[in-house]
Amino acid sequence: MTGTVTVLGGGVMGLCVATELTRRGIPAAVRDTLPGPNACSWWAGGMLAPWCEGETADPAVTRHGLGAADWWQDQGVPVTRNGTLVVSLSRDGGALTRFARRSQGHRMLDAPGVAALEPDLGTRFSRALFFESESHLDPRQALAILSGRLPRSEAASGQVIDCRGLSARDALRDLRGVRGEMVVIRCPDLSLSRPVRLLHPRMPLYVVPRGGGVFMLGATMVESDGRGPPTARAVLELLSAAFALHPAFAEAEVLELGADARPAFPDNLPRIRRVGGTLYANGLYRHGFLLAPAVARMVADHLQHQTRPEFMDADHD
Amino acid sequence: MPVFYGTTIDSALMLGTAGYPSPKILTDAFARSGAGIATVSLRREAGGGQDFWALIQSLEVRLLPNTAGCHSARDAVTTAHMAREVFDTDWIKLEVIGHADTLQPDVFELVEAARILSAEGFSVFPYCTEDLVVCERLLDAGCHVLMPWGAPIGSGLGLNNPHGLRALRAAFPDVPLVVDAGIGLPSHAAAAMEMGYDAVLLNSAVARAGDPAAMAAAMADAVRAGRAAYLADPMERTDMAVPSTPVIGRAFL
Repeated sequence: MTGTVTVLGGGVMGLCVATELTRRGIPAAVRDTLPGPNACSWWAGGMLAPWCEGETADPAVTRHGLGAADWWQDQGVPVTRNGTLVVSLSRDGGALTRFARRSQGHRMLDAPGVAALEPDLGTRFSRALFFESESHLDPRQALAILSGRLPRSEAASGQVIDCRGLSARDALRDLRGVRGEMVVIRCPDLSLSRPVRLLHPRMPLYVVPRGGGVFMLGATMVESDGRGPPTARAVLELLSAAFALHPAFAEAEVLELGADARPAFPDNLPRIRRVGGTLYANGLYRHGFLLAPAVARMVADHLQHQTRPEFMDADHD
Repeated sequence: MPVFYGTTIDSALMLGTAGYPSPKILTDAFARSGAGIATVSLRREAGGGQDFWALIQSLEVRLLPNTAGCHSARDAVTTAHMAREVFDTDWIKLEVIGHADTLQPDVFELVEAARILSAEGFSVFPYCTEDLVVCERLLDAGCHVLMPWGAPIGSGLGLNNPHGLRALRAAFPDVPLVVDAGIGLPSHAAAAMEMGYDAVLLNSAVARAGDPAAMAAAMADAVRAGRAAYLADPMERTDMAVPSTPVIGRAFL
């Protein structure tokens, strides 16, 4: 195709689509404000963990998430490739065994193995699952890098690609919100080199190191499109789980509390949908940074070659 | 088939709606389970869960909203009022949590909330322990269903006190009884039905299975088998072997 493209929405979906089109020689402008707290990707963890997510997610999430780290690195976004560590508390040992059974791409470490990878966790955990090929990035840095290179547009002209997330519910009636709450803390006493996931039947937690002693704790999953501030209960649970992971978190400074609603379709998989002249890309659920590159590629393939990508479910006038 | 407050339900399986990998999988699990009643929580989603509730309503099963997460009679009564507004039903699964670690019901607050809500015209389904006296008090308070736990919520431990559950069945032959919570396997569900329970209510056993829809189907089979076995009047257990063919005179001819 030729001509210009206008992308509505400057969250991770919109920025990835505009970037992918631009690198293929199709000029694309973004119509939105600069990345900020209005986009739910602002609050993301930034884990590129296709194997861990595969424990509960559809196999398509793993399959399409595997290329995410390379895509981000190709765009000049720093990606830390140190893997993911998954642990459980000793009273809940069965959880780790189940997680291992239901996922791939890992190996089981014993206590010295854990201590060798993350000295600050020491021998607190007698075993852990190590997903060596996984990685993570800083979501706000990634959004800023992509956004800084893309032209902005005041009006929608040419082909319109709608990536407005939950705001597109006016057109995508089967889209719903899944609320997530997160906490950012500074804890210079503790050093972690990779995201750590704590399995817990009631309050599962992940901790993503952001560097400089800063950690992101996330994230709740509530079937609600409420975007109001985090509840005391959510913060209490996240911080309690972090304290269970390591008591040093009790001394951390709380820098930020955040909440937003992720856009999701009923199967929690993304959709590309053409209705009339508009192409929609949406429904990244909790897999924004993991799946946006693959969905962006599918959108670009569709525009360039009229292919019908895997996540496309409607193509009509 | 169980009859709750005058309504006959065409399945003895009641299924919760929390913790599934996706709404699509939840829908599949309900279809495979044939469950006649869906429980739904109101509290955590308060103020934004309309999309999820709409999805639950589209399951085309009878809805039983619950007061999960309430810790006092007052909380539970308020939540029941909200549930009646949102789901347009007088049915309420009354849950008043008394202990943070075991999620054991606070039976004192429970009886109080049951009395208030029954007087207000609610059809109350109390989540209780298998304590006979507590159950009597709940019936006095106006409940016409009892839902004793099998084991702590989400534990999957099965029926921790089979004797107590059997005693409850014997004590209240005419009250619909449901084992609620603790079921992890189809064998647990079948065991409850074999005791003559009218239904079982479970959630995590299906939602947290690797293949929730397949586990839902297995639970449906177990509940049917358990009920059929109860109606077939099982043989008595004996400590001595009883051969099914005579032993004396085996080499008679």
